[in-house]
Amino acid sequence: MQQNPYIPITMKLVKNLVETEDKLINTFTLEFLNKQDEENFKYMPGQFAELSAYGHGEAPFGIATSPTEPGILKFSVAKVGCVSNALHLMEEGTMVGVRGPMGNYYPIEEFKGKNLVIIGGGFAFTTLRSLAKYMLDPKHRGDYGDITVIYGARNPGLLLYKEELAEWENNPNINLVTTIDRPAEGWNKHVGFIPSITEQIAPSSVNTYAVVCGPPAMIKFTLPVLEKLNFPPERIYTSLEMRMKCGLGICGRCNIGTEYVCKDGPVFSMAQLKELPSEY
Amino acid sequence: MKISKEKFGQALDALIAEYQIIAPVSDANGIAFKGVKSFSEVKQDYLNSKLPPKAFFFPQHEKLMSYKKEGKDVTVKSELKVENTVLFGIRPCDAKGMQLLDMVFKNDQYTDPYYYERREKAVIIGVACQKIAPTCFCSSFGISPAGSEGSDLFLIDLGDSYDVEVITEKGKALAARFEALSELTADEQALVEKVKRAETTSKVDVSTTTSKLDKMFNSPYWDSLQEKCIGCNVCSFSCPTCHCFDISEEVRKNEGTRVRTWDGCMAPLFTLHGSGHNPRDHKKARWRQRMMHKFNYFVHNNGSMSCVGCGRCIKSCPVNMDIRQVIDGANKAELVVE
Repeated sequence: MQQNPYIPITMKLVKNLVETEDKLINTFTLEFLNKQDEENFKYMPGQFAELSAYGHGEAPFGIATSPTEPGILKFSVAKVGCVSNALHLMEEGTMVGVRGPMGNYYPIEEFKGKNLVIIGGGFAFTTLRSLAKYMLDPKHRGDYGDITVIYGARNPGLLLYKEELAEWENNPNINLVTTIDRPAEGWNKHVGFIPSITEQIAPSSVNTYAVVCGPPAMIKFTLPVLEKLNFPPERIYTSLEMRMKCGLGICGRCNIGTEYVCKDGPVFSMAQLKELPSEY
Repeated sequence: MKISKEKFGQALDALIAEYQIIAPVSDANGIAFKGVKSFSEVKQDYLNSKLPPKAFFFPQHEKLMSYKKEGKDVTVKSELKVENTVLFGIRPCDAKGMQLLDMVFKNDQYTDPYYYERREKAVIIGVACQKIAPTCFCSSFGISPAGSEGSDLFLIDLGDSYDVEVITEKGKALAARFEALSELTADEQALVEKVKRAETTSKVDVSTTTSKLDKMFNSPYWDSLQEKCIGCNVCSFSCPTCHCFDISEEVRKNEGTRVRTWDGCMAPLFTLHGSGHNPRDHKKARWRQRMMHKFNYFVHNNGSMSCVGCGRCIKSCPVNMDIRQVIDGANKAELVVE
């Protein structure tokens, strides 16, 4: 029989970083304790894992690192409940549990030879970071065409991965566009909501895929813009969130119609979602 | 072939050293499947248990693992415990229900070891229903009150003896322990034939239900259907095919266990996100999920309906929701043009 999928591996929290100025999102860097665990944890951009804060419980979070970053996993987590609060308060050096990798991933094979526009809002940028990081890796960059990232938040202090964004600003391999909702002091980049910025600067839809993650309102208003720009639903991907327990397609709460977000998702194309009931 | 009840009881009692024997007994709440030490404790004349026997593979509450924290370190231990089990007296609806649960606990990617290791070490002795309750409607799903599907051995009560039918290899191995098997008399043979021909008097037509539900997600049918439901989840807990569960932690100082407990889709918290968003935030959506899951989604995913017509949810519902009427209502509901 396969390894018991309910038992987490143990990883060490080596960094607990406050990511946003509202102090509601921290990024946890976890280190594999041995080669074997790392070897067994082969993942791709878009997958997630169940993190255990022992004594409090476990919850699912998207993996923010790319498989091109060995030895560690990163998760950026909003403080909303029992498990996320416990994780936020955790001292560096503490052991946590990790089950995964779970779910499907962005169709990086299908993206080969194509341009990509990655559109993210707020803190739903975690697996998008993984995707961008993966494609920017020198081993993979040649497989893809132009990469455009449109990333927005309410204000500059709420953008994740600021160091990375600064690096991407000057990286000729990626076209980064950041935006905030309202003007702020010291901000000299775009101002405006994601849908309108997308409409202004999105690349041609010819030979291009779009990946969109963000709060429901952002997704709702960005999709019509992409349609207007002639992105067919088969070339628009998103990643969904659901309340989950097992992560294995058994406990029964994360389904949308016939599909379990934990094992059949979390990545879906708009063409797939159009076939499913609107219950997410 | 038949075996006298006396010899059968002796054979079962002889298994106690190797197996835990689970059988129907009378308790304060009616009939329950429980561990017995002797065949003499077993209730012979019963309709069915109040709760389904799924609990022996999928307990209402079980430990998945335990852990101990010391400073920043933690040690984790699996709590998977499995016993050889004989389940005696399982009704055809429940035996079929276990086959449906098998499809859930093993999917295209994962196998649930807690369920499957118990399941593999269990032998199911089914017993035909010779009395049928007014809430029984298994015949709607092609299950017969004397159906052997899902059993390893199948028995029909002949009064002082049982007609014994070997269904699987597991059943064959167990039957090899029985002595004094003899041929049925002509009268007994006739009785067996009669029992096998029986059908439930209550039946609901499910022949078009799945395809009808394909078009009913946005139907106003769901608006009024759920009004009297109080969301107590007794339908899920008493269902032999419901499998939803919660995983939580029980903690004492630095030690804890991770446990899973039965859960159900009628509870609002079941799907509540950390953000406060709830995709099934109304009873209407939860009732629709219950019906869609059993009669549509499960069919598309596994090729079978996830209801066996045992009637427990009908008997237990405090507000008299009757799943047969709900199916019938869906069959007859007018389709809205979307």
